[in-house]
Amino acid sequence: MKPLIIDNKEISNRLFIGTGKFSSKNIIPDVINSSGIQVITVALRRVDFDADDENILKHVPKHCILMPNTSGARNADEAVRIARLARATGCGNWIKIEVINDNKYLLPDNAETIKATRVLVEDGFVVLPYMSPDLMAARKLVEAGAAAIMPLGSPIGTNRGLKTKELVRILIEEIKLPIIVDAGIGKPSEAAEAMEMGASAVLVNTAIATASDPVKMAEAFSQAVKAGRTAFISGMPETSLTAGASSPLTGFLR
Amino acid sequence: MNFILNGKAQQINDSTTIWDLLSEKSINHNTVVVEHNGKILEHTQWQKTLINQGDNLEVLKFVGGGSQ
Repeated sequence: MKPLIIDNKEISNRLFIGTGKFSSKNIIPDVINSSGIQVITVALRRVDFDADDENILKHVPKHCILMPNTSGARNADEAVRIARLARATGCGNWIKIEVINDNKYLLPDNAETIKATRVLVEDGFVVLPYMSPDLMAARKLVEAGAAAIMPLGSPIGTNRGLKTKELVRILIEEIKLPIIVDAGIGKPSEAAEAMEMGASAVLVNTAIATASDPVKMAEAFSQAVKAGRTAFISGMPETSLTAGASSPLTGFLR
Repeated sequence: MNFILNGKAQQINDSTTIWDLLSEKSINHNTVVVEHNGKILEHTQWQKTLINQGDNLEVLKFVGGGSQ
C-alpha cells in the first residue's frame, strides 16, 4: 500500500496517536512499537518545579515523527508563540495548530487557526491545523499553505465517533491535501469508517489511552485504519435500496 | 532580587544565570525551552544570560497530550 507523504516523509501507518491520558507513560513505547505508530502528538506546558520532572520524550522511540500541538492556545498569537517554543526544543518543525476558546465543546476557532497557519507556514513550519470541518475554512487553510487538514469527528475526548461525517466527506472530495480525522473517534470501527471514506489518516488519543489495555486497543485501531484504507483504494461498491442477487438468476430447482 | 518564573514571583541571588537557575531547580537542561521576557532564548545563551530584577521567565517542556 502506498504510504502517506507529508513533508517528503513516508508514513506507512496512517494511525496517528496522542500521548495524553495514559495512566502510565511507561506504556507508551509498547503502544507505539506494537502497532508501528509513526506520528505522535505531544503538548507543551510550563515545567512544574514542585513536581517530578517527567520527560515524555524518553517514552517516544527515535523513529517517530513528533507533531507537537498548540493546545492551550486561545488565539492565533498564542498558537504562534507555542509553535515557536515547540520548535526551539529541536524536535522538528511539524506543528498541529489548535486554537480553542470554547470550554464546553473544545471546538476549534477556524478564523484564528487560519491566521496562525499563515504566519507559521511563512515561518517555515509544516502546519497541520485542527479545525471544525468547513469547506470554505479548509480552502483558506490550503491557500495559507497547510500541509494537511485535520477536521474533528466529534468533540475532543467524547468518543462519539464521526458525527461530522457529511462535512468531512465534502472536505475529502474537494480538498486536495491529506485529510486527517482528529478527535472524537471512539472505536476502531469509526476509524475504519473515516478511512473507507477516503480520509488519509486518523488521530486517536482518548480511546486508546483510556482503554483497559491500550497496547491491544492501539493494535485494533491500527488494523481498522489499515482495513479502511485498503477498502477505500479497492473501490467501495455503491449502495442500493433494493436487493441484487449474488447467485445466478437462472437454473433454479423447481 | 525578584523575578517571575512560570507566572510565580520568585527570589534569587544576584548574578544568577538561566543555566544556574535550571540547575538549582534540578531541571534536565536538554528537555526544556526557555522564554525570557517574551523572547525565546536559545540553549547556547543560557550560561551567558543573567536573570535581572523584574524578568519574566517561562520554562516549558513537552508533556503527554492529544488535544487541549
